Parts: sequence; structure tokens; C-alpha cells
Amino acid sequence: MRLSREIVDHVAMLARLGLTEEERELMREQLSSILEHVSRIQELDTEAIPPTAQVITLQNVWRDDEVRPSLPVEAVLANAPESEDGFFRVHAVLEQS
Amino acid sequence: MTSELIRLTVAQARVLLDQREVSAVELLEAHLAQIERLEPQLHAFITLTPDIARRQAEEADRRIARGEAAPLTGIPIGLKDNLCTVDAPTTAGSRILQGFLSPYDATVVARLREQGAVFLGKTNTDEFAMGSSTENSAYGPTRNPWDRERVPGGSSGGSAAAVAAGEAMLALGSDTGGSIRQPAGFCGIVGLKPTYGRVSRYGLIAFASSLDQIGPFGRTVEDVAVLLQVIAGYDPADSTSVPVPVPDYRAALTGDIRGLRIGIPAEYRVAGMDPAVEQVIDQALATLQELGAELVPVSLPHTEYALATYYIIAPSEASANLARYDGIKYGLSLPGETLLERYLRTRGEGFGPEVKRRIMLGTYALSAGYYDAYYVKAQKVRTLIKRDFDQAFERVDVIAAPTSPTVAFRLGERTADPLQMYLSDVFTIPANMAGLPAIAVPCGFAHGLPVSLQFMGRPFDEPTLLRVADAYERATPWHTEWPKLAVEA
Repeated sequence: MRLSREIVDHVAMLARLGLTEEERELMREQLSSILEHVSRIQELDTEAIPPTAQVITLQNVWRDDEVRPSLPVEAVLANAPESEDGFFRVHAVLEQS
Repeated sequence: MTSELIRLTVAQARVLLDQREVSAVELLEAHLAQIERLEPQLHAFITLTPDIARRQAEEADRRIARGEAAPLTGIPIGLKDNLCTVDAPTTAGSRILQGFLSPYDATVVARLREQGAVFLGKTNTDEFAMGSSTENSAYGPTRNPWDRERVPGGSSGGSAAAVAAGEAMLALGSDTGGSIRQPAGFCGIVGLKPTYGRVSRYGLIAFASSLDQIGPFGRTVEDVAVLLQVIAGYDPADSTSVPVPVPDYRAALTGDIRGLRIGIPAEYRVAGMDPAVEQVIDQALATLQELGAELVPVSLPHTEYALATYYIIAPSEASANLARYDGIKYGLSLPGETLLERYLRTRGEGFGPEVKRRIMLGTYALSAGYYDAYYVKAQKVRTLIKRDFDQAFERVDVIAAPTSPTVAFRLGERTADPLQMYLSDVFTIPANMAGLPAIAVPCGFAHGLPVSLQFMGRPFDEPTLLRVADAYERATPWHTEWPKLAVEA
């Protein structure tokens, strides 16, 4: 199985990864060979097998809905590249047309 | 004196500290001297915190003087740099987290702090714990103390090398597909991956959440048991932490394994396995038999699919977990004209090649049209792998296998071929897929490098693993061997 350039570009965009021209080509080769290897699992008949998402079969973990102290706002924002008035400063999501 | 102090086990150090024959400050200074001597050659740490360590050691001495010592009071420990700490940077080996200072401690770190342990610093790791050689660290590779041309294993290679070289008495690592056991094996020390849910993952920088587990490194099984005792147990801050009682792990070290049934899976002899490694493993199994254990052939037929399953599930979970690095809340942030451009630049330049590869793989496996064929299919194969183990454990108490098919490989040898690199974890991955506890112990040498034997156990049956590993250790000299580099004057 050989991935097309279009697929690589599409996946990189979904993952929000800016790739260089060189990386896109390398990724195409390496992902193709890894996917070929992992596709071996298609040999197995798993029609009647339930999926395992986590092994300890935990059920929902409940706690009382109590107001509790959280991290101070300053501590949360301390690592932020940009903040303003106690908020993260974000680039506009919706632009005016 | 320095060389004597770094060669103590934790158990021996505890006695000397409590009897006031050695102070925590002296013990620390001996390790700092070893670090100063060897770090230029090994690079086991990303961040060293000698000033913090000195304050902690002084406090430990005061605590010991008051007669209030806990098992790890005054013991110098290395922490893998994907464990959050409030007083030192946490980078996860990535450029994208350069300079990040966590606002809270990981639960395991908090528990060690309560005990009065002494933190030497943050150990080197493959970026976001993705790798089998510690060559994927943005801060440069760690070298194996047994042979500096070789890798220490990964991704907890910094922790393993630090303990093997006498730079740290103990260390913590994390294991998603073998990242504690494989480097422990390559460096000739003991490493344990606990049962999934046994140790809180709160404050561990997430890689693949259904597989990750924090665990201890030490030079003896007893030392590993002591560290596990402190970090194990329920934590309400981690919803996958399991509320079952923590047994007394040291009490499990009886030295007696007569009548114990040890499963030997035929599937753990793969093509490409080094015959010299195989021979050492066979000798180790013969020793277990001499100690009175019964070797029982078992079958784990889906083992050959474990690697493929892992390289779908782990990258899928990683692609979701690493979506949080967006240049807005913390870490590297590169400017762009639009929000999208900012994401693309920050993530494109902040992540290294292996992390990008896995994010791409995971995003592909989870994308529309491929989700059922890859992700759901892999989750179903995971069920089959787990059932293999469930059936085997109806007949045996533990399963023994090699930790890795080869000894430590050379730096650069596998970096160009990701698939070849992934094969280093072929024997360790199944335990993560099934959530089982597993321990790696030194069992001899091939080509002058350490070989490691792995025991896998039933969920939460760490006591049996520790018992069999300890009995083997008592009967053999391997844990007393030191890399020449670490002990030469």
C-alpha cells in the first residue's frame, strides 16, 4: 500500500502539522511501510470479538458535585505565551470578511 | 568513600542513614560527584537540580535525627522528564515544552516528596516517551554506560542509564510499550511496569492513555519493591487508578519459588533474535528450574499481532493527547497570520520527527474511512491478545520471556528505519496491551552487554513477580556487576 501525496497532505492538515516538502515525502514512504506492516491484523477474523478500549473494565467514576479549590488563575496562565485580564489571549477564530 | 556510597543498595543505605553512620547530605554529594564525573559522557539528565537536592538532603537529615524517617527519606532519585514537578522544568524531551514549569506535582512526585526523597533532576527521554533508544530527545541522546557507542534503550533511557551508572540510587520511568523494561534490560538493572491502574498517572505527560504506566528502576528487586510501595495506590485525581489495597511488596520477597508454575511461551522466539541472547535466556530458565519452579509450555497465539496492534492504538491515542500543544496555553508558540498558520508552525517546528510520524499515523487510523479498518480492528485484536493471557494464567503463575530480542544496539543504527526500531519492543508490548504487570531483571551477558529476563504476571500480582525475580537475583551474580565506566577511579 502506497499513500498518495493528497492523503499525506490531508492527514497533516487534520493533525495541524506544518510539514516541509522533504518531510512530506519522507512521511509518505515511512507511513506506507508502517501501514503495510500493521495491516497484518486484517488477516484475523474478529467479526464476533468485542473491542477492548481499556483493560481494567472500569465503570464510571463518580464523585459529589462539590465546589473545591482549583489552581490559582495566575498559576494556570504563568506558562501562557500571551494572556490578558486573567484570560488566555487567542488569535481570532472567526475573521471579518 | 564516594565509590562505596554510590554502590549501596537502598536497603543498605536506609540502615546506615537511620544509624546516623552516613548522612543524607553525604549520600547526595557522592551521587552529585558521580554525576559531575559521568554526565559529560552519558547525558542521562536533561535538568539537574543540585541546589534543590541539597536542601532536601538537609531536611532529610533533620527528619532522620527526629526519628521520623520514611523508607525513602534521604534517598537520591532521578525523575523521568515527563513527570510534572513544581520546582524544575518539565520538557518531555520536547522542544515544544521548553521552559514549561508545571503548576503542580505529579502524584508520584508528591508521594516521594512526602517521604523526604531527594530529587537529583529530570532524566532524559525520547520526545513524549516515543521511542526505543532515547535518540529522539530534543536535548540529544543518552549513552549506554556499558558502551557509550550504544543506546541505553528507551524511552526512559535517561533513568536507566543514571541508575546503572551510580548517578542515582533509584529512578522513575514510564512504560507504554516497554519503555521501562527495555532500557532496564539494555542497561543491566531492574525495571518494573506495574499493572495498569496500580500507580496514578496524574501529572504524567500523556502519550497513550490506555497503555501508559509509571514504574520504578533500581539495581535490585528489593529496591524496586521499596519504590513501588511508595508510588502504588488509589488516587482520586486519576479516574483510571484502581481502588484496591496495596500489598506489602517487600514481604513478598521470600526467596522461595518451589512449586511455582512458570509459563514459557513458544511465540517469544522470533526470527532475528540474537542466538547469544537466546542462550543466556535458556540458562536463566534452567536456573529457575533448579530453584524448584516448574516450567510449563504455554501458547500466546496472537503475540505476532501485538506489535501491529500497538502501532495503531498508541499513535491513535497520542494524536488525540498531543492535540493540546497548540501554542496558546503553554509551551512553544510561533506567530502566524491566522490561527491555523499559528498551529501549523508551532506544531510543525515544535515536534520532532518520531512524534510527527506517530501523530500522522494516529490521525490516519482515526480518520473517516479508516477508523473501522484500523482503530476498531486493533481494539478487537487487543481483546484476543488479552484472552491469550487470561487462558495462560489459568495454568501458570507467571510467564517468562526475554525482555528484548537483542542487546543494546549502536546509536544511529536504527534511526533511519522506524519499523526496525519498533521491533525492539516486540516482547514488551503484549503486557501493555493486556495491562499486565511485568518486570525485567538482569540475567547475564552477551557480546559483553547485559541480557534481561522478563516476567509477566496476573493483574495486580506484582508480589509474585517480585518474588520470582528476587529469588532469581539471589541465586545469580548479575545484579552485582557494574559498568567499568561507573566504578573506575
